[in-house]
Amino acid sequence: MSRELPLPRLEHAGIDAWLVRLFNEIDEANMPWLTALMRRCETTFGAALVDMVPSYTTLLVHYDPLALSSHEARRYLETALSGLAPDEEGGRAAVKELPVWYDDSVGPELERLERVSGLDRAGVIEAHCAHEYRVFALGFAPGFAFMGSVDERLAVPRLETPRQRVPAGSVAVTGRQTAAYPRLSPGGWNLIGRTSAILFDRQREGFSLLRVGDRVRFVSIDRVEFERLGGDLSPVEERS
Amino acid sequence: MTMSDDAVGVLRVIRAGPLALLQDAGRFGVRRLGVTQGGPADLHAWAWANHLLGNSWGTAALEIALGGLEMVAEDDMVLALCGADLGTTLDEVPVPCWQVVTIAAGQRLCFGSPRDGVRAYLAVAGGFLAEPVLGSVACVSREGLGGHDGQGRALAADDRLRVDRSCQASAREHYKGRQVPVEERIDYRNPARLSLMPGAQIADFSGASLFAAFNRPWHVDARADRMGVRLKGPRLRCRLGTMISEGIPLGAVQVPADGQPIVLLNDRQTIGGYPRLGALTPLACARLAQCQPGQEVRLVAEAPQRAQEDYRRFRRRFGVTPTLGDASPR
Repeated sequence: MSRELPLPRLEHAGIDAWLVRLFNEIDEANMPWLTALMRRCETTFGAALVDMVPSYTTLLVHYDPLALSSHEARRYLETALSGLAPDEEGGRAAVKELPVWYDDSVGPELERLERVSGLDRAGVIEAHCAHEYRVFALGFAPGFAFMGSVDERLAVPRLETPRQRVPAGSVAVTGRQTAAYPRLSPGGWNLIGRTSAILFDRQREGFSLLRVGDRVRFVSIDRVEFERLGGDLSPVEERS
Repeated sequence: MTMSDDAVGVLRVIRAGPLALLQDAGRFGVRRLGVTQGGPADLHAWAWANHLLGNSWGTAALEIALGGLEMVAEDDMVLALCGADLGTTLDEVPVPCWQVVTIAAGQRLCFGSPRDGVRAYLAVAGGFLAEPVLGSVACVSREGLGGHDGQGRALAADDRLRVDRSCQASAREHYKGRQVPVEERIDYRNPARLSLMPGAQIADFSGASLFAAFNRPWHVDARADRMGVRLKGPRLRCRLGTMISEGIPLGAVQVPADGQPIVLLNDRQTIGGYPRLGALTPLACARLAQCQPGQEVRLVAEAPQRAQEDYRRFRRRFGVTPTLGDASPR
Protein backbone atom coordinates (compact mmCIF):
# COMPACT_ATOMS: atom_id res chain seq x y z
CA MET A 1 0.00 0.00 0.00
CA SER A 2 1.40 3.37 -0.90
CA ARG A 3 1.59 5.98 1.76
CA GLU A 4 0.41 9.51 1.31
CA LEU A 5 3.19 12.06 0.91
CA PRO A 6 3.20 14.02 4.17
CA LEU A 7 5.28 16.82 2.76
CA PRO A 8 6.68 17.86 0.18
CA ARG A 9 8.38 21.09 1.00
CA LEU A 10 10.33 23.07 -1.58
CA GLU A 11 13.41 24.82 -0.21
CA HIS A 12 15.47 27.35 -2.10
CA ALA A 13 18.99 25.98 -2.37
CA GLY A 14 20.81 28.47 -4.58
CA ILE A 15 20.56 30.41 -7.83
CA ASP A 16 20.08 27.16 -9.75
CA ALA A 17 18.69 24.64 -7.29
CA TRP A 18 15.65 23.62 -5.26
CA LEU A 19 15.68 21.01 -2.56
CA VAL A 20 12.52 18.90 -2.46
CA ARG A 21 11.98 17.57 1.06
CA LEU A 22 9.67 14.57 0.84
CA PHE A 23 10.13 12.87 4.22
CA ASN A 24 11.39 13.56 7.71
CA GLU A 25 12.71 10.12 8.60
CA ILE A 26 14.97 7.56 6.96
CA ASP A 27 12.88 4.69 5.63
CA GLU A 28 13.48 2.12 2.91
CA ALA A 29 9.97 2.89 1.68
CA ASN A 30 11.02 6.47 0.84
CA MET A 31 13.14 5.37 -2.07
CA PRO A 32 10.46 4.42 -4.65
CA TRP A 33 9.02 7.92 -4.16
CA LEU A 34 12.39 9.57 -4.76
CA THR A 35 13.15 7.53 -7.87
CA ALA A 36 9.68 8.26 -9.22
CA LEU A 37 10.21 11.97 -8.67
CA MET A 38 13.55 11.82 -10.46
CA ARG A 39 11.95 10.38 -13.58
CA ARG A 40 9.18 12.97 -13.41
CA CYS A 41 11.78 15.74 -13.20
CA GLU A 42 13.62 14.39 -16.24
CA THR A 43 10.45 14.66 -18.28
CA THR A 44 9.31 17.98 -16.90
CA PHE A 45 12.61 19.88 -17.03
CA GLY A 46 13.98 18.26 -20.19
CA ALA A 47 17.19 19.96 -21.33
CA ALA A 48 16.99 22.49 -18.49
CA LEU A 49 17.79 19.77 -15.94
CA VAL A 50 21.46 19.93 -14.92
CA ASP A 51 21.80 17.48 -12.02
CA MET A 52 19.83 15.66 -9.34
CA VAL A 53 21.04 14.44 -5.97
CA PRO A 54 18.63 12.04 -4.25
CA SER A 55 19.47 11.33 -0.62
CA TYR A 56 17.43 9.46 2.03
CA THR A 57 14.54 11.91 2.35
CA THR A 58 15.27 14.66 -0.17
CA LEU A 59 15.97 15.39 -3.82
CA LEU A 60 18.21 18.29 -4.78
CA VAL A 61 17.33 19.48 -8.28
CA HIS A 62 19.78 21.63 -10.25
CA TYR A 63 18.42 23.40 -13.30
CA ASP A 64 19.96 25.69 -15.91
CA PRO A 65 19.52 29.20 -14.49
CA LEU A 66 19.89 30.70 -17.97
CA ALA A 67 16.88 28.72 -19.16
CA LEU A 68 14.60 29.02 -16.13
CA SER A 69 14.00 31.56 -13.41
CA SER A 70 13.78 30.13 -9.93
CA HIS A 71 10.05 30.81 -10.03
CA GLU A 72 9.66 28.82 -13.25
CA ALA A 73 11.75 25.99 -11.85
CA ARG A 74 9.48 25.89 -8.83
CA ARG A 75 6.44 25.57 -11.07
CA TYR A 76 8.14 22.70 -12.92
CA LEU A 77 8.69 20.94 -9.61
CA GLU A 78 5.09 21.45 -8.58
CA THR A 79 4.08 19.87 -11.89
CA ALA A 80 6.44 16.95 -11.32
CA LEU A 81 5.09 16.44 -7.81
CA SER A 82 1.39 16.58 -8.62
CA GLY A 83 -0.16 13.15 -8.53
CA LEU A 84 3.22 11.54 -7.83
CA ALA A 85 3.04 7.80 -7.14
CA PRO A 86 5.91 5.61 -5.94
CA ASP A 87 7.69 3.34 -8.41
CA GLU A 88 6.20 -0.13 -8.62
CA GLU A 89 8.21 -2.75 -6.78
CA GLY A 90 6.94 -6.12 -8.08
CA GLY A 91 10.37 -7.54 -9.00
CA ARG A 92 10.73 -5.05 -11.86
CA ALA A 93 14.29 -4.13 -10.99
CA ALA A 94 16.38 -7.19 -10.14
CA VAL A 95 18.04 -7.34 -6.76
CA LYS A 96 21.76 -6.71 -7.23
CA GLU A 97 24.04 -9.22 -5.55
CA LEU A 98 27.46 -8.37 -4.19
CA PRO A 99 29.71 -11.41 -3.59
CA VAL A 100 31.67 -10.91 -0.36
CA TRP A 101 34.58 -12.78 1.19
CA TYR A 102 34.10 -12.30 4.94
CA ASP A 103 37.50 -12.80 6.58
CA ASP A 104 39.62 -11.19 9.30
CA SER A 105 42.38 -10.31 6.84
CA VAL A 106 40.08 -8.10 4.78
CA GLY A 107 37.51 -7.44 7.52
CA PRO A 108 39.36 -6.68 10.74
CA GLU A 109 36.18 -5.52 12.53
CA LEU A 110 34.40 -8.85 12.17
CA GLU A 111 35.54 -9.58 15.72
CA ARG A 112 34.14 -6.31 16.97
CA LEU A 113 30.75 -7.17 15.47
CA GLU A 114 30.82 -10.60 17.11
CA ARG A 115 31.57 -8.97 20.44
CA VAL A 116 28.86 -6.32 20.15
CA SER A 117 26.16 -8.62 18.77
CA GLY A 118 26.92 -11.70 20.83
CA LEU A 119 26.65 -13.70 17.60
CA ASP A 120 29.32 -16.07 16.38
CA ARG A 121 31.14 -15.55 13.08
CA ALA A 122 28.55 -17.44 11.05
CA GLY A 123 25.78 -15.55 12.79
CA VAL A 124 27.28 -12.15 11.95
CA ILE A 125 27.72 -13.10 8.30
CA GLU A 126 24.22 -14.51 8.14
CA ALA A 127 22.74 -11.38 9.68
CA HIS A 128 24.59 -9.19 7.16
CA CYS A 129 23.53 -11.35 4.21
CA ALA A 130 19.94 -11.94 5.28
CA HIS A 131 18.55 -8.52 4.57
CA GLU A 132 17.69 -7.08 1.20
CA TYR A 133 19.12 -3.58 1.52
CA ARG A 134 18.02 -0.43 -0.17
CA VAL A 135 20.43 2.21 -1.53
CA PHE A 136 19.59 5.47 0.26
CA ALA A 137 22.18 7.74 -1.32
CA LEU A 138 25.46 7.84 -3.22
CA GLY A 139 28.13 10.13 -1.88
CA PHE A 140 31.51 10.43 -0.16
CA ALA A 141 33.12 9.07 -3.36
CA PRO A 142 31.90 8.14 -6.86
CA GLY A 143 29.85 4.95 -6.59
CA PHE A 144 29.88 4.80 -2.77
CA ALA A 145 26.35 3.64 -1.86
CA PHE A 146 24.89 4.16 1.60
CA MET A 147 22.62 1.18 2.19
CA GLY A 148 20.25 0.15 4.94
CA SER A 149 18.96 -0.86 7.17
CA VAL A 150 21.40 -3.20 8.86
CA ASP A 151 20.15 -5.66 11.51
CA GLU A 152 20.15 -3.70 14.75
CA ARG A 153 22.27 -6.35 16.45
CA LEU A 154 25.11 -5.41 14.09
CA ALA A 155 24.84 -1.67 14.72
CA VAL A 156 28.24 -0.37 15.85
CA PRO A 157 29.58 3.20 15.82
CA ARG A 158 32.30 4.43 13.49
CA LEU A 159 35.93 3.80 14.35
CA GLU A 160 37.36 6.42 16.67
CA THR A 161 40.35 6.83 14.39
CA PRO A 162 39.55 6.51 10.70
CA ARG A 163 41.94 4.49 8.52
CA GLN A 164 43.99 6.45 6.03
CA ARG A 165 43.84 3.64 3.48
CA VAL A 166 40.74 1.51 3.07
CA PRO A 167 41.24 -0.84 0.09
CA ALA A 168 38.83 -0.84 -2.85
CA GLY A 169 36.02 -3.36 -2.43
CA SER A 170 36.03 -3.21 1.37
CA VAL A 171 32.58 -3.98 2.75
CA ALA A 172 31.76 -2.02 5.87
CA VAL A 173 29.08 -1.20 8.40
CA THR A 174 28.41 1.72 10.70
CA GLY A 175 25.26 2.23 12.69
CA ARG A 176 22.41 0.72 10.70
CA GLN A 177 24.11 1.32 7.36
CA THR A 178 26.39 -0.72 5.15
CA ALA A 179 28.51 0.12 2.11
CA ALA A 180 31.38 -0.98 -0.09
CA TYR A 181 34.35 1.30 -0.89
CA PRO A 182 34.68 1.78 -4.67
CA ARG A 183 38.34 2.83 -4.54
CA LEU A 184 41.22 3.15 -2.12
CA SER A 185 40.33 6.00 0.21
CA PRO A 186 40.37 7.06 3.85
CA GLY A 187 37.44 5.73 5.85
CA GLY A 188 36.07 5.29 9.36
CA TRP A 189 33.59 2.43 8.90
CA ASN A 190 33.97 -1.06 10.37
CA LEU A 191 35.43 -3.41 7.76
CA ILE A 192 33.92 -6.90 7.69
CA GLY A 193 34.83 -8.29 4.28
CA ARG A 194 35.60 -7.52 0.67
CA THR A 195 33.63 -7.74 -2.54
CA SER A 196 35.06 -8.69 -5.92
CA ALA A 197 32.48 -6.47 -7.63
CA ILE A 198 33.74 -3.38 -9.43
CA LEU A 199 31.60 -0.63 -7.96
CA PHE A 200 32.60 2.25 -10.19
CA ASP A 201 33.90 1.87 -13.71
CA ARG A 202 34.23 4.78 -16.10
CA GLN A 203 33.94 2.39 -19.08
CA ARG A 204 30.63 0.94 -17.90
CA GLU A 205 27.31 2.25 -19.14
CA GLY A 206 26.00 4.32 -16.24
CA PHE A 207 29.41 4.13 -14.48
CA SER A 208 28.17 3.09 -11.04
CA LEU A 209 27.12 -0.48 -10.23
CA LEU A 210 24.69 0.80 -7.62
CA ARG A 211 22.10 3.54 -7.92
CA VAL A 212 19.84 5.24 -5.44
CA GLY A 213 16.76 3.11 -4.86
CA ASP A 214 18.45 -0.16 -5.87
CA ARG A 215 17.82 -3.31 -3.85
CA VAL A 216 21.03 -5.05 -2.85
CA ARG A 217 21.94 -8.34 -1.25
CA PHE A 218 25.36 -9.49 -0.01
CA VAL A 219 26.30 -13.09 -0.78
CA SER A 220 28.98 -14.85 1.26
CA ILE A 221 31.67 -16.57 -0.84
CA ASP A 222 34.86 -18.38 0.14
CA ARG A 223 38.40 -17.36 -0.60
CA VAL A 224 38.71 -19.59 -3.66
CA GLU A 225 35.60 -18.17 -5.25
CA PHE A 226 36.65 -14.62 -4.32
CA GLU A 227 39.99 -15.14 -6.01
CA ARG A 228 38.36 -16.72 -9.04
CA LEU A 229 36.15 -13.63 -9.40
CA GLY A 230 39.25 -11.44 -9.45
CA GLY A 231 39.01 -10.22 -5.84
CA ASP A 232 41.99 -8.48 -4.24
CA LEU A 233 43.44 -10.72 -1.50
CA SER A 234 45.83 -8.21 0.01
CA PRO A 235 45.12 -7.80 3.71
CA VAL A 236 44.05 -4.49 5.25
CA GLU A 237 47.18 -2.66 6.39
CA GLU A 238 46.84 -1.57 9.97
CA ARG A 239 48.44 1.60 11.34
CA SER A 240 48.82 2.90 7.80
CA MET B 1 41.55 14.02 -28.50
CA THR B 2 42.78 12.31 -31.63
CA MET B 3 44.75 14.71 -33.73
CA SER B 4 47.87 14.12 -35.79
CA ASP B 5 51.12 15.11 -34.08
CA ASP B 6 51.92 18.01 -36.38
CA ALA B 7 48.53 19.54 -35.62
CA VAL B 8 49.32 19.61 -31.91
CA GLY B 9 51.38 22.26 -30.16
CA VAL B 10 52.93 21.54 -26.79
CA LEU B 11 53.42 23.47 -23.58
CA ARG B 12 55.86 21.41 -21.53
CA VAL B 13 55.98 21.50 -17.73
CA ILE B 14 59.44 22.01 -16.25
CA ARG B 15 58.38 22.46 -12.61
CA ALA B 16 54.80 21.90 -11.45
CA GLY B 17 54.37 24.01 -8.32
CA PRO B 18 51.88 23.02 -5.59
CA LEU B 19 48.68 22.59 -7.62
CA ALA B 20 47.99 23.24 -11.29
CA LEU B 21 44.82 21.61 -12.65
CA LEU B 22 43.03 21.58 -15.96
CA GLN B 23 39.45 22.77 -15.52
CA ASP B 24 36.50 23.12 -17.86
CA ALA B 25 33.11 24.35 -16.57
CA GLY B 26 32.70 21.23 -14.44
CA ARG B 27 31.25 17.73 -14.47
CA PHE B 28 27.45 17.71 -14.56
CA GLY B 29 24.72 15.09 -14.75
CA VAL B 30 26.55 12.50 -12.61
CA ARG B 31 26.26 13.99 -9.12
CA ARG B 32 23.61 11.39 -8.27
CA LEU B 33 26.47 8.87 -8.51
CA GLY B 34 28.48 10.70 -5.87
CA VAL B 35 30.66 12.44 -8.47
CA THR B 36 31.51 15.99 -7.53
CA GLN B 37 31.20 19.09 -9.72
CA GLY B 38 34.81 20.23 -10.13
CA GLY B 39 35.43 23.17 -12.45
CA PRO B 40 37.19 26.47 -11.82
CA ALA B 41 37.22 27.68 -8.22
CA ASP B 42 37.19 31.25 -9.57
CA LEU B 43 34.56 31.20 -12.30
CA HIS B 44 35.02 34.91 -13.02
CA ALA B 45 38.75 34.85 -13.83
CA TRP B 46 38.48 31.51 -15.68
CA ALA B 47 35.64 32.86 -17.85
CA TRP B 48 37.56 36.02 -18.72
CA ALA B 49 40.73 34.12 -19.64
CA ASN B 50 38.77 32.04 -22.15
CA HIS B 51 36.73 34.99 -23.36
CA LEU B 52 39.79 37.09 -24.22
CA LEU B 53 40.71 34.42 -26.78
CA GLY B 54 37.24 33.92 -28.18
CA ASN B 55 37.00 30.46 -26.60
CA SER B 56 33.45 29.30 -26.01
CA TRP B 57 32.06 28.86 -22.49
CA GLY B 58 33.36 25.67 -20.92
CA THR B 59 36.72 25.54 -22.72
CA ALA B 60 39.42 23.89 -20.60
CA ALA B 61 41.99 26.24 -19.03
CA LEU B 62 44.67 25.79 -16.39
CA GLU B 63 43.99 26.75 -12.79
CA ILE B 64 47.29 27.54 -11.11
CA ALA B 65 47.12 27.78 -7.33
CA LEU B 66 49.89 29.58 -5.43
CA GLY B 67 52.30 29.76 -8.39
CA GLY B 68 55.53 27.78 -8.63
CA LEU B 69 54.71 26.49 -12.12
CA GLU B 70 57.28 26.75 -14.88
CA MET B 71 56.60 25.79 -18.48
CA VAL B 72 58.32 26.06 -21.82
CA ALA B 73 56.48 26.45 -25.12
CA GLU B 74 57.55 24.06 -27.87
CA ASP B 75 55.47 26.00 -30.40
CA ASP B 76 54.22 29.55 -30.88
CA MET B 77 50.96 30.05 -29.03
CA VAL B 78 48.45 32.62 -27.88
CA LEU B 79 47.54 32.54 -24.19
CA ALA B 80 45.49 34.65 -21.80
CA LEU B 81 46.27 35.17 -18.13
CA CYS B 82 43.63 36.23 -15.59
CA GLY B 83 42.98 36.06 -11.87
CA ALA B 84 45.63 36.16 -9.16
CA ASP B 85 48.89 38.01 -9.64
CA LEU B 86 51.44 35.25 -9.10
CA GLY B 87 54.44 37.29 -10.22
CA THR B 88 54.38 35.69 -13.65
CA THR B 89 57.30 36.17 -16.05
CA LEU B 90 58.01 35.30 -19.67
CA ASP B 91 61.76 34.79 -20.15
CA GLU B 92 62.18 36.72 -16.91
CA VAL B 93 60.17 39.73 -18.11
CA PRO B 94 57.06 40.38 -15.99
CA VAL B 95 53.77 39.47 -17.68
CA PRO B 96 50.80 41.60 -16.67
CA CYS B 97 47.63 39.83 -15.64
CA TRP B 98 44.15 40.16 -17.26
CA GLN B 99 45.39 40.14 -20.83
CA VAL B 100 46.43 38.12 -23.86
CA VAL B 101 50.04 36.92 -23.92
CA THR B 102 51.71 35.74 -27.11
CA ILE B 103 54.52 33.32 -26.62
CA ALA B 104 57.09 32.00 -29.10
CA ALA B 105 58.55 28.52 -29.30
CA GLY B 106 61.34 28.16 -26.75
CA GLN B 107 60.06 30.84 -24.36
CA ARG B 108 59.67 30.08 -20.67
CA LEU B 109 56.57 31.05 -18.71
CA CYS B 110 57.22 31.09 -14.99
CA PHE B 111 54.77 31.63 -12.12
CA GLY B 112 56.28 33.01 -8.90
CA SER B 113 54.31 33.35 -5.69
CA PRO B 114 50.99 35.03 -4.81
CA ARG B 115 51.03 38.82 -4.56
CA ASP B 116 47.30 39.39 -4.95
CA GLY B 117 44.87 36.46 -4.85
CA VAL B 118 45.55 32.73 -4.89
CA ARG B 119 44.66 31.27 -8.29
CA ALA B 120 45.68 32.34 -11.78
CA TYR B 121 43.98 31.07 -14.93
CA LEU B 122 45.86 30.39 -18.11
CA ALA B 123 43.80 29.84 -21.24
CA VAL B 124 45.07 29.05 -24.73
CA ALA B 125 43.41 29.81 -28.05
CA GLY B 126 41.19 26.83 -28.84
CA GLY B 127 41.64 25.38 -25.36
CA PHE B 128 43.91 22.67 -23.97
CA LEU B 129 43.23 19.27 -25.53
CA ALA B 130 42.22 16.45 -23.22
CA GLU B 131 39.88 13.48 -23.32
CA PRO B 132 36.69 14.13 -21.34
CA VAL B 133 35.94 11.68 -18.53
CA LEU B 134 32.28 11.33 -17.55
CA GLY B 135 31.59 14.23 -19.90
CA SER B 136 34.21 16.65 -18.61
CA VAL B 137 37.94 17.30 -18.37
CA ALA B 138 37.53 18.96 -14.95
CA CYS B 139 40.39 17.61 -12.84
CA VAL B 140 39.36 16.14 -9.48
CA SER B 141 42.33 14.36 -7.92
CA ARG B 142 40.37 12.78 -5.07
CA GLU B 143 38.13 10.98 -7.57
CA GLY B 144 40.86 10.22 -10.10
CA LEU B 145 38.80 11.87 -12.84
CA GLY B 146 39.64 14.35 -15.59
CA GLY B 147 42.67 16.54 -16.12
CA HIS B 148 45.22 16.40 -18.91
CA ASP B 149 45.74 12.64 -18.44
CA GLY B 150 42.16 11.65 -17.62
CA GLN B 151 43.26 10.22 -14.25
CA GLY B 152 42.69 13.35 -12.19
CA ARG B 153 46.37 14.08 -11.81
CA ALA B 154 47.64 17.57 -11.08
CA LEU B 155 50.39 18.77 -13.40
CA ALA B 156 53.83 17.28 -12.81
CA ALA B 157 57.26 17.91 -14.30
CA ASP B 158 57.62 16.71 -17.91
CA ASP B 159 53.87 16.70 -18.55
CA ARG B 160 53.04 17.93 -22.01
CA LEU B 161 49.92 20.04 -22.39
CA ARG B 162 48.51 19.80 -25.88
CA VAL B 163 47.00 22.66 -27.85
CA ASP B 164 45.47 22.94 -31.32
CA ARG B 165 48.16 24.54 -33.49
CA SER B 166 45.73 25.65 -36.16
CA CYS B 167 44.03 28.03 -33.72
CA GLN B 168 47.21 29.93 -32.83
CA ALA B 169 47.95 31.90 -35.99
CA SER B 170 44.45 33.29 -36.40
CA ALA B 171 44.21 34.04 -32.67
CA ARG B 172 47.38 36.08 -32.87
CA GLU B 173 45.76 38.19 -35.55
CA HIS B 174 42.41 38.59 -33.79
CA TYR B 175 43.14 38.68 -30.08
CA LYS B 176 46.67 40.00 -29.60
CA GLY B 177 46.69 42.89 -27.12
CA ARG B 178 43.20 42.18 -25.80
CA GLN B 179 42.64 43.03 -22.14
CA VAL B 180 39.90 42.62 -19.58
CA PRO B 181 38.14 45.98 -18.98
CA VAL B 182 39.58 47.65 -15.90
CA GLU B 183 36.27 47.60 -14.01
CA GLU B 184 36.14 43.80 -14.36
CA ARG B 185 39.57 43.23 -12.81
CA ILE B 186 39.39 42.44 -9.13
CA ASP B 187 41.85 43.58 -6.50
CA TYR B 188 41.73 40.51 -4.29
CA ARG B 189 43.53 42.29 -1.45
CA ASN B 190 40.41 44.33 -0.69
CA PRO B 191 38.03 42.95 1.97
CA ALA B 192 35.53 40.71 0.22
CA ARG B 193 31.76 41.08 0.56
CA LEU B 194 30.24 37.68 -0.09
CA SER B 195 26.57 37.46 -1.10
CA LEU B 196 24.78 34.71 0.77
CA MET B 197 21.27 33.48 0.02
CA PRO B 198 19.71 32.43 3.33
CA GLY B 199 18.65 28.79 3.38
CA ALA B 200 15.97 26.62 4.93
CA GLN B 201 17.67 26.19 8.33
CA ILE B 202 18.35 29.87 8.86
CA ALA B 203 15.62 30.12 11.52
CA ASP B 204 17.25 27.33 13.54
CA PHE B 205 20.23 29.56 14.33
CA SER B 206 20.03 31.78 17.39
CA GLY B 207 19.20 35.45 16.85
CA ALA B 208 22.58 36.47 18.22
CA SER B 209 24.32 34.09 15.84
CA LEU B 210 22.47 35.48 12.85
CA PHE B 211 23.32 39.01 13.87
CA ALA B 212 26.96 38.03 14.23
CA ALA B 213 27.02 36.12 10.94
CA PHE B 214 26.01 39.17 8.93
CA ASN B 215 27.57 41.95 10.99
CA ARG B 216 30.90 40.70 12.21
CA PRO B 217 34.05 40.20 10.18
CA TRP B 218 35.12 36.66 9.29
CA HIS B 219 38.64 35.52 8.59
CA VAL B 220 39.68 32.91 6.05
CA ASP B 221 41.28 29.94 7.80
CA ALA B 222 44.41 28.19 6.56
CA ARG B 223 42.23 25.10 6.06
CA ALA B 224 41.06 26.14 2.61
CA ASP B 225 41.08 24.08 -0.55
CA ARG B 226 38.92 23.25 -3.53
CA MET B 227 36.52 21.26 -1.32
CA GLY B 228 35.82 24.07 1.07
CA VAL B 229 36.99 27.13 2.95
CA ARG B 230 36.66 27.41 6.71
CA LEU B 231 35.85 30.81 8.19
CA LYS B 232 36.97 31.89 11.65
CA GLY B 233 34.92 34.23 13.76
CA PRO B 234 32.14 34.30 16.34
CA ARG B 235 30.82 30.88 17.28
CA LEU B 236 27.46 30.30 15.57
CA ARG B 237 24.85 28.30 17.45
CA CYS B 238 22.16 26.23 15.80
CA ARG B 239 19.53 24.19 17.58
CA LEU B 240 19.88 21.44 14.98
CA GLY B 241 22.72 19.00 15.51
CA THR B 242 23.49 16.83 12.56
CA MET B 243 20.74 16.19 10.04
CA ILE B 244 20.00 13.38 7.63
CA SER B 245 22.45 13.88 4.76
CA GLU B 246 21.12 15.73 1.75
CA GLY B 247 22.44 17.11 -1.54
CA ILE B 248 24.78 20.06 -1.10
CA PRO B 249 24.77 22.92 -3.61
CA LEU B 250 27.85 24.95 -4.58
CA GLY B 251 28.61 27.62 -1.98
CA ALA B 252 26.64 25.96 0.83
CA VAL B 253 27.68 27.47 4.16
CA GLN B 254 27.55 24.58 6.59
CA VAL B 255 28.00 25.02 10.31
CA PRO B 256 29.35 22.02 12.22
CA ALA B 257 29.18 21.68 16.00
CA ASP B 258 32.20 23.94 16.57
CA GLY B 259 30.17 26.87 15.18
CA GLN B 260 32.75 27.85 12.57
CA PRO B 261 31.23 27.90 9.08
CA ILE B 262 32.68 26.02 6.11
CA VAL B 263 31.86 27.25 2.62
CA LEU B 264 31.68 24.26 0.29
CA LEU B 265 33.24 24.78 -3.12
CA ASN B 266 33.65 22.91 -6.41
CA ASP B 267 35.18 19.66 -5.14
CA ARG B 268 32.82 19.27 -2.13
CA GLN B 269 31.23 15.96 -1.30
CA THR B 270 27.86 15.64 -2.98
CA ILE B 271 25.84 15.09 0.21
CA GLY B 272 26.24 16.27 3.79
CA GLY B 273 24.38 16.57 7.05
CA TYR B 274 25.29 19.81 8.79
CA PRO B 275 22.81 22.67 9.15
CA ARG B 276 23.47 25.51 6.74
CA LEU B 277 23.15 29.26 6.89
CA GLY B 278 22.43 29.18 3.17
CA ALA B 279 24.57 29.31 0.04
CA LEU B 280 26.97 31.84 -1.41
CA THR B 281 26.28 32.92 -4.97
CA PRO B 282 28.60 31.45 -7.64
CA LEU B 283 30.41 34.78 -7.98
CA ALA B 284 30.84 35.03 -4.20
CA CYS B 285 32.40 31.54 -4.28
CA ALA B 286 34.72 32.75 -7.02
CA ARG B 287 35.72 35.74 -4.91
CA LEU B 288 36.29 33.62 -1.79
CA ALA B 289 38.52 31.25 -3.77
CA GLN B 290 40.96 34.15 -4.24
CA CYS B 291 41.19 35.03 -0.53
CA GLN B 292 44.43 34.23 1.23
CA PRO B 293 44.43 32.75 4.75
CA GLY B 294 43.82 35.46 7.34
CA GLN B 295 42.02 37.71 4.90
CA GLU B 296 38.83 39.41 6.13
CA VAL B 297 35.47 38.68 4.50
CA ARG B 298 31.92 39.81 5.26
CA LEU B 299 28.72 37.89 4.61
CA VAL B 300 25.89 39.89 3.04
CA ALA B 301 22.36 38.52 2.75
CA GLU B 302 20.99 38.52 -0.78
CA ALA B 303 17.61 37.58 -2.25
CA PRO B 304 17.80 34.54 -4.57
CA GLN B 305 16.02 36.31 -7.44
CA ARG B 306 18.50 39.13 -7.42
CA ALA B 307 21.42 36.70 -7.20
CA GLN B 308 20.07 34.83 -10.18
CA GLU B 309 19.75 38.06 -12.19
CA ASP B 310 23.36 38.95 -11.36
CA TYR B 311 24.49 35.55 -12.52
CA ARG B 312 22.53 35.78 -15.76
CA ARG B 313 24.08 39.18 -16.45
CA PHE B 314 27.53 37.71 -15.83
CA ARG B 315 26.91 34.79 -18.19
CA ARG B 316 25.41 36.97 -20.94
CA ARG B 317 28.67 38.86 -21.19
CA PHE B 318 30.29 35.63 -22.36
CA GLY B 319 27.84 35.15 -25.18
CA VAL B 320 25.71 32.43 -23.70
CA THR B 321 22.11 32.14 -24.77
CA PRO B 322 19.47 30.18 -22.88
CA THR B 323 19.08 26.58 -23.98
CA LEU B 324 15.30 26.71 -23.80
CA GLY B 325 13.04 29.22 -25.46
CA ASP B 326 9.81 28.78 -23.59
CA ALA B 327 9.39 28.36 -19.90
CA SER B 328 6.24 26.33 -19.61
CA PRO B 329 6.35 22.92 -17.95
CA ARG B 330 6.04 20.01 -20.33
